[in-house]
This record gives sequence, structure tokens and C-alpha cells, in this order.
Amino acid sequence: MLQANTEQNLGAFEKAGPSKRPARSSRPRNGYLLAKGLGLLVPATLLLAWSVAAAKQWVPPQILPSPASVVDTLLEQVRSGDLFVNLGISLGRVVAGFAVGGAIGLLLGIAMGLSRTVEDYLHPMFKAVSQVPVLGWLPLAMMVLGIGESLKVAIIAHASLVPVALNALKGIRGVSRNYIEVAKVFQFSRRQLLGKVVLPAAVPSLFVGIRYGITQAWLSLVTVELLASSEGLGFMIVWGRQLFQLDLVLSAIIVVGAVGLLIDKSLELVESRLLRWRPRVSFEAQAAGALPSTTAGES
Amino acid sequence: MSASRRSVLRGLVVPLVLLGVWFFVTHAKLVNPLLLVRPDRVVTSAIKHYEEGAIVGPLLASLQRDLLGLFIGSFAGLVIGAAMGISRLTDRLLGPTFHAAKQVALFAWIPLLSVWCGTGELAKVVFISLAAFYPVVLNTHEGVSSVGREFIEVGRVFRFSRWQVLRKIILPAALPSIFAGLHLALIYAWLGTLGAEYLLAAAPGIGNLMVEGRESFQMDKVLLGVILAGVVGATLNTLATRVEQYALRWRVRGI
Repeated sequence: MLQANTEQNLGAFEKAGPSKRPARSSRPRNGYLLAKGLGLLVPATLLLAWSVAAAKQWVPPQILPSPASVVDTLLEQVRSGDLFVNLGISLGRVVAGFAVGGAIGLLLGIAMGLSRTVEDYLHPMFKAVSQVPVLGWLPLAMMVLGIGESLKVAIIAHASLVPVALNALKGIRGVSRNYIEVAKVFQFSRRQLLGKVVLPAAVPSLFVGIRYGITQAWLSLVTVELLASSEGLGFMIVWGRQLFQLDLVLSAIIVVGAVGLLIDKSLELVESRLLRWRPRVSFEAQAAGALPSTTAGES
Repeated sequence: MSASRRSVLRGLVVPLVLLGVWFFVTHAKLVNPLLLVRPDRVVTSAIKHYEEGAIVGPLLASLQRDLLGLFIGSFAGLVIGAAMGISRLTDRLLGPTFHAAKQVALFAWIPLLSVWCGTGELAKVVFISLAAFYPVVLNTHEGVSSVGREFIEVGRVFRFSRWQVLRKIILPAALPSIFAGLHLALIYAWLGTLGAEYLLAAAPGIGNLMVEGRESFQMDKVLLGVILAGVVGATLNTLATRVEQYALRWRVRGI
């Protein structure tokens, strides 16, 4: 309770007065443009230095190709369709791997969250396995599965499974007892309790896990493709490196970054859409371990 | 008491069953012994490698790389994260570039680094530093910029100098978040160490041990590497948690 209040007070302090981070809407238009301009200063300087260095041939083009040649290569890859073929393959692997890993992770996490017995049986094993970094399993997986598609799907599935399961477990355990008591007063059946109270209350945490899982999936995909693949974005990078065509390497890196950003932003959008119905304050208060604001009035 | 003992015993069921299945399957020769070695073979191989000095050396080499990268990356991350948290100008200057660079999946930098820094120790340490850098910047920035204004105002009332405000108010208030970032950096640095050893030129290390094992199809060696990777990860993790608890022991929980 006290914690919730201080949290809110801190929030109030941040909003009032000459705050460090004023709300976006109250920010004057000029200041906003200035901020954007400042943000572009560093990339623009870097780009300029890069162009000059490449134009004056301070470094050989095998080590630093000119920005123009990177853009050319990127456009060439788009025109020839190579980029989309490789991108499609990479995305297909992420989708397949995440479908497997996310589904298993969600099931395991929910099962562990709902039943202490299941948690007792599975959690220690789960913890032990997750102590080894995902990449630690890679050589072993390569021996058992070879270097085909199943390897990529398995590594991506494993990478996304752990965060999804752990956050699902946390989300369900974190459901406020008050909600469950209210449901008991209404004499909800187990099914109703699960569908109408526990799962909706756990959604934010489930979503954190899914977002983190997809990020991990993308990270591991690139790694697996760097190590063992003959198609995909990671392979484009390796191939460009072997031919010493750094323009190809850089353009593939740009695409990897752009796709990462796109995935992140779209998940953010979906998350805010899905959680629209939820008063934001109660989530934060709950996350801080205090009573949710909806029931705070009773006490 | 008995309930907690029961939950411990339950936790042992799955690993023991798996170990049993592993023994049974390998002894009954149901699978190709090249694809799944006998569990006891892993133990004897571990002892043999230990006696040949093939464990301690690589372990120390990996750890040295890991810690050096962690130190450099966290230090740079702390400085930049704090600068971005304290000064709005720095945040606006560096923020967008940092967030754009962060979007690139970490390992995609390795081929580029290998051109710029070679494939030796330098490239590995640079990569591990990069792995540690991102989470420290993010969390330090977050921690420093969310220090309550009222704390800083109290500092003003006491006519604290800028340095005192930084040292006595901002740093302690941001410490939990900074530690969270360092902890993440530790995990990422270890992941980066293994990845750098796979992808860059061979040099003694745990990652390299696994690559060797895979190439010569010695699964016992690979499994040994997996176990070592897990033990190192877990040990570093526990150490970090202890240090964190110790450093933050002055905090009053729940206000």
C-alpha cells in the first residue's frame, strides 16, 4: 500500500515541475524538432566521416566500403530478389522455431504456475538446463541433429522456450489473491476462475515472455545461420565475409537490424492493443508487490 | 519442513529418470554409441581431460576473456549510460544511435569485427565487451534518469556540489538498476564468450573444446563442454547475486 503510494508520488513528481522528461504532448514543437535533430547529429557525423574516409581511400574498400556501395548492394539485393528469398527463409525458421518453443514454454509455464506439484517436479530440471547458455547446446545439437533445418528449429525453439515459460509461471503466481477471493465469493467454477480471472490477470507477464522469447529467437537464428547454414540472412553475412565483400555484409547487417526493430515495434503495438482494457496503474502497483488500486479502497 | 523435503525429492525425479533412461538406452545399445555416449564415459572422459590439463587451461582462458570483456564493456556502459541519464543533451545526442545499433542481433557483428580486428584475442574481447555493453547502458540510463526529483531537491537544500549529488544521491538511488544491468551483462558476456570461440579463430577455451569435440565426433568431450559452460554460468550467476545482495544490504525493503 505504502509502496504503491510512493510509486505514484514519484510518478507525480516526475510529471510536475521542470521535469527531466516532460510528457510528449506538452513538449513544444520546436524543442521536439531540435531533439530529433540532435539525435541525427551523431549518425550524420559518422556517415560523413565514413564517406570521406572511403572517398579518400584512407582504408582499403575491402575493409571499409563506401556508404554508396553499401546502398547499391542493398538495392541490388532487393532488385534481384535475393534479399527476400533469404529473408523469407530466415523468417520461416523463426516462425517455426518460435511456434514450437513458445507453445511448449507456454504450456510448461502455465502448468507450473497452476500446480505446485508440477512445479516441484519440473522446475529444478528446468533451472539446471537453463544454466547452460543457449549457444552451449549448439555443438551438441549439431552432432545429434546435423546441420539441417531441424537444428535451426530446435535451437530457436529452445531459445524462446525458457523466457516464455518463466514469465508465464511468474505471471500466474503473481495473480493477486484478492481477485481469486472475489471469484470465490462469486462461486466461480475452476474453469471460470482460470478463463476469467487467472489468465487475463497473467496476460501482461505472458506477453513480456513472448516478446523476450521472440527477441531471443531472432538472436539465436542469426547465430545458427552464421555457424551452419547455406541460406538466410546470417548466411548472407558469412558469404559476404568470405568473399571480402563488406558491402554485402553491411547491407545484411542493416536488414537484420531493421527486421529486429520491426519485430520489436509490432509486438509493442500488439501488446498495447491487447492490454488496452487494463488500467495501467493497477499493473504497476501490482508489479511493485502492493495491492492493486482497484481493491486498495477497501482496506 | 517435510513439505520442502518432498519438493526437493520431487525435483530429483525427472533428472534421475532421464539418467536412468540414458543408462538403459546406451547399455542396451538401442542407439548409435557415436550419437549418444554412455553416461559413465562422460565422467571418465572428464577425469582423463582433467589429468591431461585439457580442462583447467581452457577454462581459465575462457574466463579471462569473459572477465576482461565484461570489465571493458561494463565500464564503457556505465559511463555512457550515466552520461545519458544525467544529461538530456547526451541522451538526445547518443540515444537514437544507441537504440538503432541495439536492434542488430549481437552475433551479426562478428563477421564485421573479424575484418576490422582480426580473428584473434582482440576481436573476441571486443565482441564480449559489446555483449556486456548494451544491458549496462540501458539499465544505468534507466536507473539514473528515474532518481526521484525530491531526492535531488533535498541535495540542493543541503547545498551539495554536483559531485556530491552524483556520489551521494544519484549513485545510491540508481544502484539497484545498475546492478541489474551488470548481472545481465554477466550472462550476455558468457554467452558472447562461447559464441566468439565458435565463430572466430580457434584458441583455447570452453567453446573451442566443444567445437573440437564435435569435429572429431567425441560426444563425451562435447557434453563435458556443455556441463562446464553450465557450471561456469551458474557460478558467475550465484556470485553476482551474492555481491548484489551484499552491496545493497543497506536498502530498507518496502520503504
